[in-house]
Amino acid sequence: MHLDHQDTFPERHTYSAADPVRADGRRRALRIGLGGPVGTGKTATVAALCRALRDELSIAVVTNDIYTREDAEFLLREAVLPAERIAAVETGACPHTAIRDDISANLEAVEDLEAAFSAEGVGPLDLVLVESGGDNLTATFSKGLVDAQIFVIDVAGGDDIPRKGGPGVTTADLLVINKTDLAPYVGVDLEGMARDARAQRGELPVAFTALKAENGVKPVADWVRHQLAHWTADAA
Amino acid sequence: MSRAALLVLADGRFPAGGHAHSGGAEPAVAAGHIKDAVTLERFCRGRLHTAGLVAAGLAAAAAAGHDPLLLDDAADARTPVPALRTTARKLGRQMMRAARATWPGPDLDALAAARPRGAHQPVVLGVAARSAGLEPLDAAYAVAYENISGPATAAVRLLSLDPFDATAVLARLAADLDRVAQQGADAAARVALEGTDALPAASAPLLDITAEAHAAWPVRLFAS
Ligand SMILES: Nc1nc2c(ncn2[C@@H]2O[C@H](COP(=O)(O)OP(=O)(O)OP(=O)(O)O)[C@@H](O)[C@H]2O)c(=O)[nH]1
Ligand SMILES: [Mg+2]
Repeated sequence: MHLDHQDTFPERHTYSAADPVRADGRRRALRIGLGGPVGTGKTATVAALCRALRDELSIAVVTNDIYTREDAEFLLREAVLPAERIAAVETGACPHTAIRDDISANLEAVEDLEAAFSAEGVGPLDLVLVESGGDNLTATFSKGLVDAQIFVIDVAGGDDIPRKGGPGVTTADLLVINKTDLAPYVGVDLEGMARDARAQRGELPVAFTALKAENGVKPVADWVRHQLAHWTADAA
Repeated sequence: MSRAALLVLADGRFPAGGHAHSGGAEPAVAAGHIKDAVTLERFCRGRLHTAGLVAAGLAAAAAAGHDPLLLDDAADARTPVPALRTTARKLGRQMMRAARATWPGPDLDALAAARPRGAHQPVVLGVAARSAGLEPLDAAYAVAYENISGPATAAVRLLSLDPFDATAVLARLAADLDRVAQQGADAAARVALEGTDALPAASAPLLDITAEAHAAWPVRLFAS
């Protein structure tokens, strides 16, 4: 596994992808999208990332549910962040539309969160996590919405998913293969998954996680820190 | 002017947030009012001649260059329930973002600055149409069509309705659409002399009531 990501963030030319620089000349928060099939652990990853990073970073979360606000409510119940840092977007039965084809509602949610935190003197946000509702293997985030994306799959979905590929698996900036603790029970070959993922993704990183384990999110948290270091360095 | 810009504006894939809204179809399906193509057509016809007509007048007046802030007030006056006002402004804000990216212009900038949380969607659409070089009647068409294509698409998702049947419903409403768009444009043409009172004020009380109830549902597929 390697977590390095050499690419710097590409320049953005679309109108919707807000300038990486705020009106006050400071760089805006880094936006990271989390997508993947239903139930693979996207919300669990978001919750664990918030717990791991909230003391060092100012974080907000946007959830995209298929049905109303389940994910947002889970995060609230778990108290991973105060309520004012969590926003829920409704997607009209079509989560991939809201993160890829028509990103306006998500952009608004992100910008409203950013505005609230710049204005209130709490200090600006460093990181905004955008969770997609569970979807299919082709669901990816628009570059107009996020700066980098994580695709979360799990071992229980079958060890052939990395081999099947699809835009999520092949192009995401980080592929997370979650629930490795279940591998023995579902007869999954983790080595084979790693090999298939490498064949599909080339140099792009892959992280194996068991989120139920103590500090199981560490590889993902380290990757996020790395992205953020690049993001702020690019500002200088 | 380029008439082709109307195709871009009226395209269901125009990224202005409409996909997440059912235009009242979700509560109508739940209540059993929409259950097949026949009842979908009935629903759409009713919506077109009430909410659709109001929207057509507002959009045409905005496209004619009348003060969008006055029109925004007129839209509020014609939208009695809070849930639908909120939805109209949310969609207006999203339409504004898409319009400024596609047909940038000073009128859009001015309205965005005056209503940062969003003006009513038909007003924004009208200003966008103007910015795209379209006529008031074009704006009325775009908004009236969207008024029924939204619920039809939502019904396909909610009822697994045959998509060919749903599209045939829209085609059967073409003559009604012509009439509503023309009525909206005619009313808009009188605004210069008579003020915004010349604009249609038809209402659909059941849509108002069910929209308000739907906004409080704990579990739903569509935002409105
Ligand atoms: N055994 C095991 N279970 C996990 C792990 N990570 C998450 N889960 C469980 O998997 C289930 C689904 O997790 P979520 O985080 O809700 O998945 P999601 O991808 O957000 O799901 P949707 O948003 O519905 O698509 C929950 O019951 C989690 O507790 C893991 O590493 N191991
Ligand atoms: Mg989730």
